[in-house]
Amino acid sequence: MSVPEGYYFTEEHEWIKVEGDVATVGVSEHAQHELGDVVFVELPELDEEYDQSEDFAVIESVKAVSDVYLPMGGKIVEVNEVLLDQPELINEEPYEGGWLAKIEISDESELDSLMDSVEYTAFLEEE
Amino acid sequence: MLRPVEKGFNAGQKNWEVLIMKKTPLNDVHRELGAKLIDFGGWEMPVQYAGIIEEHETVREKCGIFDVSHMGEIRVKGPEALNNVQRLVANDVERLEEGQILYSPMCYPDGGIVDDLLVYKIKDDEYLLVVNASNTEKDWEWIKENSLDNVELENQSNEYGQLAVQGPEAKNIINKLSDIDLDSMKYYCFACGEVAGKEVILSRTGYTGELGYEIYLQKEDAVEVWNKIMEVGKEYGLAPIGLGARDTLRLEMKYCLYGNDISKDTHPLEAGIGWTVSLDKEDFIGKDALVKHEEEGYDRKLVGFKLLGRGIPRHGYKVEHEGEEIGEVTSGSFSPSLKENIGLAYVKKELAEIGQEIEIVIRKKAVKAEIVKTPFVKNNSFS
Repeated sequence: MSVPEGYYFTEEHEWIKVEGDVATVGVSEHAQHELGDVVFVELPELDEEYDQSEDFAVIESVKAVSDVYLPMGGKIVEVNEVLLDQPELINEEPYEGGWLAKIEISDESELDSLMDSVEYTAFLEEE
Repeated sequence: MLRPVEKGFNAGQKNWEVLIMKKTPLNDVHRELGAKLIDFGGWEMPVQYAGIIEEHETVREKCGIFDVSHMGEIRVKGPEALNNVQRLVANDVERLEEGQILYSPMCYPDGGIVDDLLVYKIKDDEYLLVVNASNTEKDWEWIKENSLDNVELENQSNEYGQLAVQGPEAKNIINKLSDIDLDSMKYYCFACGEVAGKEVILSRTGYTGELGYEIYLQKEDAVEVWNKIMEVGKEYGLAPIGLGARDTLRLEMKYCLYGNDISKDTHPLEAGIGWTVSLDKEDFIGKDALVKHEEEGYDRKLVGFKLLGRGIPRHGYKVEHEGEEIGEVTSGSFSPSLKENIGLAYVKKELAEIGQEIEIVIRKKAVKAEIVKTPFVKNNSFS
């Protein structure tokens, strides 16, 4: 299971990719694998603001309901509405088409608390 | 995100106290097949192999093999065996012939359900009760306490393994491994004989709504018989199936799951399994209470519903009608066959009609749903 570079991760297996002021968030390959078939996604409202680690979305697989936590605080500027009809994209391409939302970051320094791809790879091996 | 926050599959189970999980004889086989293993009623069981949706479709279209060795087996023997079982369970065991099986609830004096089980008539003076894994110890104690003095009781749960082979190709597969005459074996009948060269009880039963068999065998034979079935089944598209798909398959049939849809706090009449209660038979534990429920009526009924709005119903969600609480969801899931979200719920009896619109409260939002006919999907068990 390869972890792509340029992404930062939480211990709960969310990822964030920062490009300037805006960042894209989703869940990792490991997360989708553990969840199993994703059949439902609940996305946040636009312009809604969240703190770091606050739950902002819900992913449901056939057997479980899971909250998704925001890796960095910010305001929702875009959500991936394709997931409403194709939640399976989270299983198929967790780092690409399966992204959940884009946010305007409130505090760049929060990135320091996350793991980069090398650290996350080591974290997965320990788990 | 990998902290399930709400109850979904397996919600009725509370086994945090179980530190050492019991293993079936096929535990290593599941690991080799890449199964994801979970705690189910104190047993380490495969919840999925290839994925729940794919496994579900395999059973509906081809055939699946399940390890259900965690189920409990209790034998009742002696001249008073029939009278004893008649007292314990609500259905009428007297009408069973040798080689036939009966589904029945076993009730407390107040009509609440101890367990739902299968009764196999082995001989006039010998019956085998097959009970739910997570209830085996409780049932064993209950049966010992409530049995006549002169019957012989034996908890054989640790001696048996059990496999289920379910799906339209099940008969073709078993036929290749057994001389037992499957053509004449009707639904809810069984035979003793050989499968893959091992002595088994072969039973035409299941929990999926498909043509299928359950095979009771000596624990030591489980791996060999599993492997033979896997080998022969290959050309028919057979695949191993976990408890995840077992749950979605049974939900589409409205088969009750103990701990979710039925429990000590529900009685068989409101659960919609009144057809398994023989109020005419002489006496059984819970009869007085059930007769009273039948005569005086009861307030709620277990119904099947489809969600009309977005969301997935789960165990424990509230059911409302025009903003007023009228019940609770007991089971719910995405239905792989229908590609819709379905569930079972107890609702007030006056609102339990097919076509009735109700609301399911999902994360504080009321989502529209409609009570529908059950089973949700055609039952092919009898074909």
